Amino acid sequence: MTLSNIVVLVKYVPDATGDRKFEADNTVDRVGVDGLLSELDEYAVEQALQIKEKRADEEITVTALTVGPAEAEAAVRKALQMGADKAVHVQDDAIAGSDAAATSLVLAKAIEKIGVPELVVGGLASTDGGMSVVPAMLAERLNLPQVTLAAVVETQGDQVRIKRDGDTATEVIGGTLPLVLSVTDQSGEARYPSFKGIMAAKKKPLETLSLADIGVDASEVGLDAAWTKVEATAARPPRTAGEIVKDEDGSGATALVEFLASKKFI
Amino acid sequence: MSEVLVLVDHVDGAVRKPTYELLAIAKRIGSPSAVFIGGADKSAAVADAVKAYGADKVYVVDDTEIKGYLVAPKAEVLQQLAEKTSPAAILIPASAEGKEIAGRLSIKLSSGLITDAVDVKVEGEDIVTTQSVFAGNFTVDAKVVKGTPIIAVKPNAAAPEEGAGAGAVEEFAARISDAAKTAQIVAAQPRQSTGRPELTEAAIVVSGGRGTGGDFTAVEALADALGAAVGASRAAVDSGWKPHTFQVGQTGKVVSPQLYVANGISGAIQHRAGMQTSKTIVAVNKDEEAPIFELVDFGVVGDLHTVLPAVTAEIEKRKG
Repeated sequence: MTLSNIVVLVKYVPDATGDRKFEADNTVDRVGVDGLLSELDEYAVEQALQIKEKRADEEITVTALTVGPAEAEAAVRKALQMGADKAVHVQDDAIAGSDAAATSLVLAKAIEKIGVPELVVGGLASTDGGMSVVPAMLAERLNLPQVTLAAVVETQGDQVRIKRDGDTATEVIGGTLPLVLSVTDQSGEARYPSFKGIMAAKKKPLETLSLADIGVDASEVGLDAAWTKVEATAARPPRTAGEIVKDEDGSGATALVEFLASKKFI
Repeated sequence: MSEVLVLVDHVDGAVRKPTYELLAIAKRIGSPSAVFIGGADKSAAVADAVKAYGADKVYVVDDTEIKGYLVAPKAEVLQQLAEKTSPAAILIPASAEGKEIAGRLSIKLSSGLITDAVDVKVEGEDIVTTQSVFAGNFTVDAKVVKGTPIIAVKPNAAAPEEGAGAGAVEEFAARISDAAKTAQIVAAQPRQSTGRPELTEAAIVVSGGRGTGGDFTAVEALADALGAAVGASRAAVDSGWKPHTFQVGQTGKVVSPQLYVANGISGAIQHRAGMQTSKTIVAVNKDEEAPIFELVDFGVVGDLHTVLPAVTAEIEKRKG
């Protein structure tokens, strides 16, 4: 099998270094805060580009796909600047508040609309929701296998091999295209867009699709259709200021041992 | 009482601690049914182990046909068991593979999924979960409102409870599709045993960061004195001082032990995300301005290379 199409999943997320919060309806505030391409998805873009570069004799198109509000265009723009060939942005007011299951539905339908590629690449988690389940849900919907959390990725012909730190062992996992792949931040530093890349990105195709375009009914997505419901969100109470001592000639060690003993850790 | 399916987390038949934690949670909801997917020769020992922690039923699924295949076959097994038993909930360990199994199962059953629960309670008719989000800065209470609740539970979410269940063993012959037998483990190198507890399961974690300067001797000695697992910050891992498997943080392991001891770790958001929900937090750092001190229950401003050996020596002395 030749590899002709790679779709990279990217997400627009609130900046983790900013002040992230919830809205009144318990959804993540994605509008009132600065956002950007999820850092962890940059590794997915990087791996997609590396696979394309390593297989230069095949004509491979890398498409960045995002689902989100108007601002989310920034996520696919960044992917285009890094070197993706084209971008698709599914944008529809009805999508707001969607859970992972609905997000995977929108992604699956969008992918079916643009043509199921031989390879779908995602990051290890978003930096906001952080469930790490969308690649698995998407794979299930597309009826594809998944190889996930790759620290090292190798492809040859229709074979994909990854190395990862599994739950209890370091594993080498093999799969056959088509499949869904996710990569970790161990897979290789993501490139910075060059000036040339930034200029070139302005001319690359960016298609915006609505739910109607991909054949999803508005009633299947959004907060009301979610399979899970957030009942309450609460800011973690600030930790009550702990005791802090300065070590002077071993006093710190003594005090620490006393603390550990008082908590019955010793 | 409705059954609650609990997927047994094991390595070649050796049951891992999160399984017992899930059984304790399952008891709050209904009658725990452990689901063991593994070697037939191990099933008797596994059944005894989970029975001792409250399993009323043990479904044994021989994995000869699916051994080495990841995620998809296990999701099919759970789907078929769920269709057979109409459980009140399905509990799965929130390991990397566990969450993916849960993700696939959620779509198969059109049922809501909650991942990384740190607590599960029953309130009236509802099963309410608690999650910790945004680097531990918020807690979220949620429930599943469609289908059978599928909950991926984090290690240390509950204490294992001994107490025998009925432990009735039932062989279950699952039908696995060929499509599920695709992604496969072609080689696995079990982690070299350090003799220390598994990082994500440990009751105590002692970590080192940039401040160690690459010398983890004092950190490891304290860990051993406390019977703890050893962790590392991203800075220490990126410097090549410890492999990535030791990393605590957003892109490494997320831990929630009874006691977390951070040594020479500044406390960047990346690291906080991995340890902020620890019950008790202690830090040793030379820099009194280090943000880690905002989180601690007890902090020592000092050089870890002198403080830790003194602490270790005193602990060893008290142990006699």
